[in-house]
Amino acid sequence: MTVTELVSYEDALASYDPVMGLEVHVELGTKTKMFCGCSTELKQDANSQTCPTCLGLPGSLPVVNAIGVESAIKIGLALNCEIAEWCRFARKNYFYPDMPKNFQTSQYDEPIAFNGYLDVQLEDGEIFRVEIERAHMEEDTGKSLHVGGATGRIHGASHSLLDYNRAGIPLIEIVTKPIEGAGTRAPEVAKAYVAELRELIKALGVSEARMEQGQMRCDVNLSLRPHGRAEFGTRSETKNVNSLRSVERAARFEIQRHAAVLNSGGTIVQETRHFHEEDGSTTAGRIKDNAEDYRYFPEPDLVPVAPSREWVEELRRGLPELPRVRRNRLREEWGVSEHDMQSILNAGAIDPIVATIEAGADAASARKWWMGELARNANESGRDLASLPITPEQVARVTVLVKEGSLNDKLARQVIEGVLAGEGGPDDVVEKRGLKVVSDEGALGTAVDEAIAANAGIADKIRSGKVAAAGALVGAVMKATRGQADAARVRELILEKLGVTEG
Amino acid sequence: MTTATHNVEHIIKLTAAETAAKIASGELTAVEVTEAHLARIDAVDEKVQAFLHVDREGALAQARAVDAKRENGEKLGPLAGVPLALKDIFTTEGMPTTVGSKILEGWIPPYDATVTRKLKAADVVILGKTNMDEFAMGSSTENSAYGPTGNPWDLTKIPGGSGGGSSAALASYEAPLAIGTDTGGSIRQPAAVTGTVGVKPTYGGVSRYGMVAFSSSLDQGGPCARTVLDAALLHEVIAGHDPLDSTSIDAPVPPVVEAARNGSVAGMRVGVVKQFRGEGYQAGVLQRFDESVELMKELGAEIVELDCPSFDLALSAYYLIAPSECSSNLARFDAMRYGLRVGDDGTKSAEEVTALTREAGFGDEVKRRIILGTYALSSGYYDAYYGSAQKVRTLITQDFEKAFEKVDVIVSPTTPTTAFPIGERADDPMAMYLADLCTIPTNLAGNAAMSLPCGLAPEDGMPVGLQIIAPAMKDDRLYKVGAAVEAAFVEKWGHPLLEEAPSL
Repeated sequence: MTVTELVSYEDALASYDPVMGLEVHVELGTKTKMFCGCSTELKQDANSQTCPTCLGLPGSLPVVNAIGVESAIKIGLALNCEIAEWCRFARKNYFYPDMPKNFQTSQYDEPIAFNGYLDVQLEDGEIFRVEIERAHMEEDTGKSLHVGGATGRIHGASHSLLDYNRAGIPLIEIVTKPIEGAGTRAPEVAKAYVAELRELIKALGVSEARMEQGQMRCDVNLSLRPHGRAEFGTRSETKNVNSLRSVERAARFEIQRHAAVLNSGGTIVQETRHFHEEDGSTTAGRIKDNAEDYRYFPEPDLVPVAPSREWVEELRRGLPELPRVRRNRLREEWGVSEHDMQSILNAGAIDPIVATIEAGADAASARKWWMGELARNANESGRDLASLPITPEQVARVTVLVKEGSLNDKLARQVIEGVLAGEGGPDDVVEKRGLKVVSDEGALGTAVDEAIAANAGIADKIRSGKVAAAGALVGAVMKATRGQADAARVRELILEKLGVTEG
Repeated sequence: MTTATHNVEHIIKLTAAETAAKIASGELTAVEVTEAHLARIDAVDEKVQAFLHVDREGALAQARAVDAKRENGEKLGPLAGVPLALKDIFTTEGMPTTVGSKILEGWIPPYDATVTRKLKAADVVILGKTNMDEFAMGSSTENSAYGPTGNPWDLTKIPGGSGGGSSAALASYEAPLAIGTDTGGSIRQPAAVTGTVGVKPTYGGVSRYGMVAFSSSLDQGGPCARTVLDAALLHEVIAGHDPLDSTSIDAPVPPVVEAARNGSVAGMRVGVVKQFRGEGYQAGVLQRFDESVELMKELGAEIVELDCPSFDLALSAYYLIAPSECSSNLARFDAMRYGLRVGDDGTKSAEEVTALTREAGFGDEVKRRIILGTYALSSGYYDAYYGSAQKVRTLITQDFEKAFEKVDVIVSPTTPTTAFPIGERADDPMAMYLADLCTIPTNLAGNAAMSLPCGLAPEDGMPVGLQIIAPAMKDDRLYKVGAAVEAAFVEKWGHPLLEEAPSL
């Protein structure tokens, strides 16, 4: 395969208009699989969570997981879709060893939800509407582990191991209509859409939607057409792009690659492409010249799904506030800019901040700690905020201690450090490390007296009216008390003892 | 061995109802009964070849458990201790299940089918697994990968199919009860050609869980026996809602035993469909059928002529729908997880091993149907084939609905001819498919039907079957009518038809 010389992003978009289609698979967080009673828990021993049905043993039959259907309807409603009054599952027939029945139970021309949209907010606050074609229910496949090859891919492998624990885990596939009109912002729109969808899924409580764990996977379909042309160009399908950043990079790369191919007089091959995290490039996968025939037909082992209108309306009434609406409300409540709110979203800090405020902190302090000290720690330790070993209640407790004067900022940082290090709650850390601000007037008075005595020259300067010199004495007292004094109070005491008042 | 030969002869000729009564009263032990049937299998199955697997130890253990229950004063179910021949399409934990195919040779299922589980729970003694056309595809049992089964009336003739092992086991007194499955007639046609009784319950009446799928929307397990009452008793044991089968009907089982004990056709409206006769029907079959209709009239039934034009399209629709579904259902046999594996020499890819295994493991008829079905579902052909066939299916259902506005049951010959010689139609699939001409419409519509003996064809002395068809969930009507017809024939003949069969 020859490496195409890419066209610069700006040049590509000067000549062409990108059209995208995004397909997102979300693994539902149901306790059991879509068509059997096996657990969906991840990271268990290979093939320990299987039964005749999800192994596709002869004679076994599927039974629909009602929570799976409910989750699909919730997603459909949140995406402003119509919900089918009657729909069926269909068999998608193709052979692959990780698929026990050699057909995937999916939906074809009768999806549970269709014709919706999702409004996504770009970094500058602009709203872009992404139209939703459909959301349908299906089951996941097992996992193949190719052994003995260099790349982990099947080529060159000596044998493969199959783990069917994932086979049958419920998936919802959400497909957009062609996304047109995004222009130069296409990659940003793609990323914002996936980010918004992830927030939505999490808000609905139907999945944790952790992309790094494969709970949410994205395929980026992209084509270019010359400006002014109505019909779409040939698309490529970049599969399994599994982080927000990668979604943006994959779209960007494909725009540049397509432009290069088209500019050189070539034609785009309709194919799947693999995305490479290391350098953000894609390489060719399978050719998809529409010859693939999945021989869909209605699944005869399952009865149609016919959600009553009453049930659908009940689910609609129970929907939580949608993430974008909630974000805008919080943004106003917290008094932050669009840009700051975007950073808070990207850091995954919205929920921790909200919880911290609910636990008694003021908004500014909650935001300060989560976006400052804690974000830094998460970044350095490669964790996300939610998995740090500190609770919003503990953070709130720290802000209360600061507010009542028991801690200053420096000490508070040490308390948080202690909590993260597993030394207990904030009060335990204060106790064990002895981090209380020294507010005992007697002890503080002694420290001030000692500082004045040791720095007679500076004390004279202050007495003579050079109040600014007090900083040096404050520093001396702080040093003597190992930072545990309230600096403002120290300053007051110094001036008081030297008989001067603040100019 | 305590069981004397004359005693064996006596025990194996009892009906299931009689056997259960004698076990319950202590006149016979379940072990005696099981040993008698195992002895019979030993004596004749080399000739008949009804069984693919005999579970001697398991059967005796089950029988001993029944006897222990009785000794402890526990209440026994209505078929406790009665031996049964199970079609080799139902999974049996720890016992081979081949579906008559090489591709599953040696596979020991880790789980019981719902039917198997219910039989065990009812203390029925499972003697073993019976021969069948591979994956239930056929009407003669010649498509079994393990060789043909003989018809006990004439071992050179077919016992019907696909459930020929089950029908032959009944007709040769190897078991008083058997289980079959009926996708296009695989319970009823074997019953007809062996002079036994077979019922295809309403679709969804008996759980399909653990029944290896041929065509999911058509397959239905059901009871096989030598008398209508025995079939009803077995029907009640295996039927009922199963949460593991989504297509299982969540409603009470129709009162089939009560109906079988109260046979009557007096005042019933009985339909005769004009499409169920004509070219291809053997004269002796039509003669016995017409006599049956006459008999029902004498018993007080009102006979109504019916026109069901869509029935002429049933065979064509069936041979698109069933292969389409089977092409998908049989895709799982890929050598990866269970069953046969061919060509795995360390150099071939998984894909090649799958292809080699399927080539070696499936027989010609199975391959023919997989290819047919794959074609019928292909993009560009789907609407013309699978889509049109589904429309025919709707028309057939509508024809039945209209007919059942006018009549309570419909009757027809079960199959157009008596048993044909083994080998005669083996190379002529179209001729073979015609055997199911009268049975297929019921599978497509999903309602219930029975076949019971109505005499011997004068020209060849082989049994003829009468088919009774009832609306969905009115399975009890089959037994009510069947019991009345059976009683009248036995009275007329002076004995059950099967007593005319030659001894083996």
